[in-house]
Amino acid sequence: MSSLTISDVTKRFGSVEVLKGISLRIESGEFLVLVGPSGCGKSTLLNLIAGLETITSGEIKIGDRVVNNVRPKDRDIAMVFQSYALYPNMNVRQNIAFGLETRKVSKPQIQATIQRVAGMLQIHELLDRKPSQLSGGQRQRVAMGRALARDPAIFLFDEPLSNLDAKLRVEMRTEIKLLHKRIDTTIVYVTHDQIEAMTLADRIAIMKDGIIQQFDTPQAVYDNPANLFTAGFIGSPSMNFIPCQVTRPNTQTGVALDTGNGKSYFLPLERSGLELDAWVNHEVILGIRPEKISHGFVEQEASHHIHEIESTVEVLEPTGPDTLVFVHINATEVTCRVNPGHIKAPGETMKLMMDTSNALLFNPETGERI
Amino acid sequence: MPDKSPATAMYQTPGAIFGRVVIYAILIIAAIYFLIPLFVMVITSIKTMADIRTGQLISWPREVTLDAWKEAWATACIGVKCAGIKGYFWNSVKMVIPSVAISTLVGAANGYVLSMWRFRGSDTFFSCLLLGCFIPFQVILLPMASTLGRLGIAQSIAGLVLVHVVYGLAFTTLFFRNFYVTIPADLVKAAKIDGAGFFRIFWKIILPVSTPIFVVSIIWQMTQIWNDFLFGVAFSGSDSQPVTVALNNLVNTSTGVVKYNVDMAAAIIAGLPTLCVYIVAGKYFLRGLTAGAVKG
Repeated sequence: MSSLTISDVTKRFGSVEVLKGISLRIESGEFLVLVGPSGCGKSTLLNLIAGLETITSGEIKIGDRVVNNVRPKDRDIAMVFQSYALYPNMNVRQNIAFGLETRKVSKPQIQATIQRVAGMLQIHELLDRKPSQLSGGQRQRVAMGRALARDPAIFLFDEPLSNLDAKLRVEMRTEIKLLHKRIDTTIVYVTHDQIEAMTLADRIAIMKDGIIQQFDTPQAVYDNPANLFTAGFIGSPSMNFIPCQVTRPNTQTGVALDTGNGKSYFLPLERSGLELDAWVNHEVILGIRPEKISHGFVEQEASHHIHEIESTVEVLEPTGPDTLVFVHINATEVTCRVNPGHIKAPGETMKLMMDTSNALLFNPETGERI
Repeated sequence: MPDKSPATAMYQTPGAIFGRVVIYAILIIAAIYFLIPLFVMVITSIKTMADIRTGQLISWPREVTLDAWKEAWATACIGVKCAGIKGYFWNSVKMVIPSVAISTLVGAANGYVLSMWRFRGSDTFFSCLLLGCFIPFQVILLPMASTLGRLGIAQSIAGLVLVHVVYGLAFTTLFFRNFYVTIPADLVKAAKIDGAGFFRIFWKIILPVSTPIFVVSIIWQMTQIWNDFLFGVAFSGSDSQPVTVALNNLVNTSTGVVKYNVDMAAAIIAGLPTLCVYIVAGKYFLRGLTAGAVKG
C-alpha cells in the first residue's frame, strides 16, 4: 500500500516525444485508470511506473521513495499483462511461486501464499495445470493470482480484459472491483475502454498525444469534461457536438438551431452571462449528451431548461431500454435517446425535448470549454 | 445419389481414381530412385569380393558376410596405417559433440539477447552476423589456418571445434533469434517484475520453451559438421582427421585390388550418425522449422 506521485515525467524514443510532461498523484488505496485511444502513451506511462522503461526527465515516487533509477524488481510492484504472460513451461502453482522463489521466500511461506491466493481467486483446482490447459478467463485469474502473491505496494494492470469475450469481460470487471475493495491496494489500470474506466476507477486520467487531458473522478469527468476530446471520449453513445452561433435576440443569450425544413429555434442558455456575452455572433460548439434530448422529461413542466424542437427522424437504432434516434440539427447528425414507446418512423417529424441544464459550450478553434 | 456430398462423389469418379494411381506411381518411382544407391551400398557391403567380381551390381549376395564391415571398422589400410576408420570415427565424435553443443548454446544466448535484450545497434549487429551465413568455406581457409597457428591449436581437434563453432554461430543465432521473436515480450517483462535477472530468465523461462528450435539447431549443426570435408582436410593433423577425410583416404589407398565391399561399409559407417539423428529427431525437425510460421 502506497501513494504514487508522478511529477513532470517525459519520455522520448529517439526523436519522438511519447509523454510530454505528465503529472499526477494518487493516494494509497486509490484505483487510478489511465484511459485514451491507442498511441496516447498510457501503456508507456505504465511501463515507466513499472520500471520496464527508463524515464527521460521528471520524477516518479512510490510512497516517499523516488524510484527513477530503481529496478523493476525492487519497486515493490506487481503487474498483470494483456497477454497474461504466464510462464508456459510451469504449472499454475509454479507460476505463482516463481516471483517468491526469486526473492528467496521460505518454502512453507510460499505454500501458505499459494493457498491464500488460490482461495481468494478460487483457483484451487487449477493449481497443477499448465497455462495451455486453461481458458482465457482462468488464465486471467492466474495472472492476477501471480500478482497478488507478492502483496505489492502498487498493482499495475495493462489492459487485462482486452483478450476476453464480452460477457467474461463484464464478469471479470466486477471481480477486479471486488478484489480492490477487499485488498484495498493502490491500483493503476490501463485501458482503452471508457466503460471499464468509468466503472472501475476512483479517478480517471484521460490521455491523448502524451498529455493528460483531464484527471478527475468518473462522475466529474462525465459531467464536466475539460475539452472536446474528453467530452467525446467518455460516454456511450458519445456526446453530440452541434456547431452553432451565439445570439442575443432579447435579454437572454443563447444559440441558434436549425433543424431543417425551414424550422429554426432559439435555445436560451442560462449562464452567469459575462463570458458568454463575449461570444455573441461567434461560432461555438454546443455539447449535449444523447440522454438530454428525448421525447420528454418528468420535470419538463417546471423546468425552464427544457425546450421543445421538431426535427425529421433519419435513422433508428434500438438498444432495448432506449432507442437511439438520429436527426439533423445545424446540418450535424445528432443522437437522441428516446423511450421505444414514443418513437416515430424514419422520415416523420418528431417533437424532441432538449434539456440544456448540463449543456456545454466549446471553443471551436482550441476545443477548450467556454 | 442426392445424399452424397460433392467431395465424396468426386472422389469416386474414374478420373479421380486414375489421378490417384498416377500420383502413387510417381511417388513409388521417386522413392525407388532415391533408395537404389543406398540399397546397392548395403548389399555390396555384405558381399564377398568374389561375389562382387562375378555378380551383378544389384544382384542379391550369394553369401552374406560382415567381414567387410569388420575390416572397414578395424583393419582397413588408410595411408600407411592399417587400423580401419575406427579412430577417425571417434575423432569425428570428439569434434562434433563439443562443436554442436557450444555453437547451439552460444547461438541460443545470442538469439535471446538479440530478441529480448535489444541494445543500440543490435539490429545492425544481427545483419552483420547474418553475412556469416553467406561466406564460402574456401574464403576463410588461409586466415583461419594462420589464426589457429597463432592460437597453438593448429592440426588438432580443438582447432576444428573452434572453426566449426565460429562458422556455425551465424546459423544457430539466426535460428534462435527468429524463434525467440515469436515469444511474447510480456513474458520477459513479467519475469523482470518477478525479480528474475538475465540468466534466471534465460534458464527458467526461455530455455524450457526452446526444445523445437534446439532440435533444429542440433540436427543442422550435427549434419553440417559431421559431413564437412574441407575444414577437416585443411585443419586436421594425421591423428585428428575426421571420418570424412579418412573415408576419402581409404578409398584412395590402393594396394592392388579395390575392395568395393569395404569402401561401401566404410561409407555407410561414416553416414550412419546423421541418418540416425534424422530418424530419431526428424519429426521435431519439421515441427521446429515451421514453428512460428503459424500462430498457435
